[in-house]
Amino acid sequence: MSEALANLTGVSRVYQKGKDRVEVLHELDLTIPNGDFLAIMGPSGSGKTTLLNLLGGLDKPSGGAVTVGGAELSSMSNSQLSTWRSTHVGFVFQFYNLLPVLTALRNVELPLLLTNFSAKERANRARIALDIVGLAERAKHLPSELSGGEEQRVAIARAIVSDPTLLLCDEPTGDLDRETAEEILKLLQILNREHGKTIVMVTHDPQAAEYATRILHVDKGKLESRSVA
Amino acid sequence: MKYFGLIWRNVWRKKIRTSLTILSVLVAFLLFALLNAVGQAMSSGGAMTGAARLVVIDKVSLINFLPISYQNKIAQVPGVAVVSHQSWFGGFYQDPKNQFPQFPVVPEEYLDLYPEFVLPDEQLQAWKKNRTGAIIGRDLAELHGLKVGDRIPIQSTIFTKKDGGRTWEFDIEGIFDTTDPKGGTALLLFRHDYFAETNTFGDGFVGWYTLRLAEGADPVEVANAIDEQFANSPNETETSTEAAFAASFAKQFGNIALIVTMILGAVFFTLLLVAGNTMSQSVRERIAELAVLKTLGFKDGTVLGIVLTESILIMAIGGLFGLGFGWLAAEAIGSAMAMFVPGGIVVSTDIVLLAIAMMIGAGVIAGIFPALKAMRLSIVDALARG
Ligand SMILES: Nc1ncnc2c1ncn2[C@@H]1O[C@H](COP(=O)(O)OP(=O)(O)O)[C@@H](O)[C@H]1O
Ligand SMILES: [Mg+2]
Repeated sequence: MSEALANLTGVSRVYQKGKDRVEVLHELDLTIPNGDFLAIMGPSGSGKTTLLNLLGGLDKPSGGAVTVGGAELSSMSNSQLSTWRSTHVGFVFQFYNLLPVLTALRNVELPLLLTNFSAKERANRARIALDIVGLAERAKHLPSELSGGEEQRVAIARAIVSDPTLLLCDEPTGDLDRETAEEILKLLQILNREHGKTIVMVTHDPQAAEYATRILHVDKGKLESRSVA
Repeated sequence: MKYFGLIWRNVWRKKIRTSLTILSVLVAFLLFALLNAVGQAMSSGGAMTGAARLVVIDKVSLINFLPISYQNKIAQVPGVAVVSHQSWFGGFYQDPKNQFPQFPVVPEEYLDLYPEFVLPDEQLQAWKKNRTGAIIGRDLAELHGLKVGDRIPIQSTIFTKKDGGRTWEFDIEGIFDTTDPKGGTALLLFRHDYFAETNTFGDGFVGWYTLRLAEGADPVEVANAIDEQFANSPNETETSTEAAFAASFAKQFGNIALIVTMILGAVFFTLLLVAGNTMSQSVRERIAELAVLKTLGFKDGTVLGIVLTESILIMAIGGLFGLGFGWLAAEAIGSAMAMFVPGGIVVSTDIVLLAIAMMIGAGVIAGIFPALKAMRLSIVDALARG
């Protein structure tokens, strides 16, 4: 594997629940090489989403450092993190989180609104992204007119449209039937292998994790590895 | 603006709710435009304001007549430069809806009193040669498509002709303009001598006198001198400035300004509640979507701006339609009430500019709290809930 894309060193995340102090992540270390397809597994409430949020610059650690692509996220302001996210990470959620009022194409175009591309250039790039996920002919459809699998493809197109190096997927197949889930996982695999995307995917489905090159388990605030072939 | 598509779609996310909100905005701005236009028309006194002129009316009532013999007596009061008389003819053209002021006057005296009315000299000469001649203002000519040479029937609601009819016919000999930018010219002037010899009351009376003060004359002194002269006569007089005269005309509409302010205050208060509720519902039901925008890299300020623009857009759509309908309503009411507001009821540029400022202001007030909520939203919490 090539050099590291992301590094977590001694990362803790503590939540205050009323009077209780809950340490979700405890002095956790993690290195993610460029081109990795990492699956993170673990029981519900073990801190998987918290970990992804830290990697994506949506949340800040209570202690330790998070470095992604050379940027030290834990020391950046919210506004700097916004700008950084718009160019460096793509997010894919369990429930797709498309904007219901926008067509598939307009949903995919959203991240590009933050760039200086012309309207034409934005539409072009959004169309290419839709084409990559195999939904070019659904460009004009609203999310309500798409199946769950199709919605997730649109969400993936939105995540890759600004060509980030890192894709963070939080239970991307959690709401899909087995067959559709496999299509989505194959798509992620293609993005990893052919488009060079580094992918971190949270899942609690062992079959889904099989598609990754590496599996880590979160438990009691720590990571433990059980590598696959 | 590249966010416009996104904003526009969000405005219409709940079509019925947005339509109803826009409708209430529309009604508020319709009332705003119309009531302000009416208020302005009433307080401006239409075509009757202007130079320092005094008006002499019967002390008991504006609608009582004064003897024609008063003219010479008023003319002799020191400080009076020119005096002439007018009467309220109360007629309409073709249809009772088409009301506008018509006055029987003495041509040269009248134009001497009202120098702001400009009539070409050859038209004045033609009018002086034709007893049944009349002149009309440009506004009236345009309103009814009248031109010099037309013969028009005016039916009086007050006077009867000696032959039993109520309709007088006049030849339009001239069309005058005004140099007063605020003054209207929707009126018709015809010759008093023709009026006096054809109506059943005879030639001994006039409606009121208008006079211009000599340079340096004190209006209060002159007014007192005139009223004293006719004290204890069967027709006592009351002399006041033209502006006060116009105001007494308008008084029958009550204290319009106050009522207008009160109605509009209530309407806009309600409007802010309705629109504010729409915006906060709209934000509440898409917390997750707003969190997604922020996840994608939309900055806090951009999210605030998007929600605020939605709110302002709703105000602007309803408000501009409201102004449009208000303008139509003002036109309609203005022509129905042309008798009292010869200048018409106009939604002026002032009103439009003020309304636009209020649309933006109301949009900000209705949208600011939901917008701040959207801005301060924590992505992590919102996504965990969604
Ligand atoms: N904003 C928060 N405030 C308080 N506790 C939180 C917050 N977010 C997550 N937690 C807690 O942290 C733990 C880990 O949550 P999460 O990372 O979402 O777990 P997972 O994704 O593995 O199910 C849970 O116990 C959850 O209740
Ligand atoms: Mg989770």
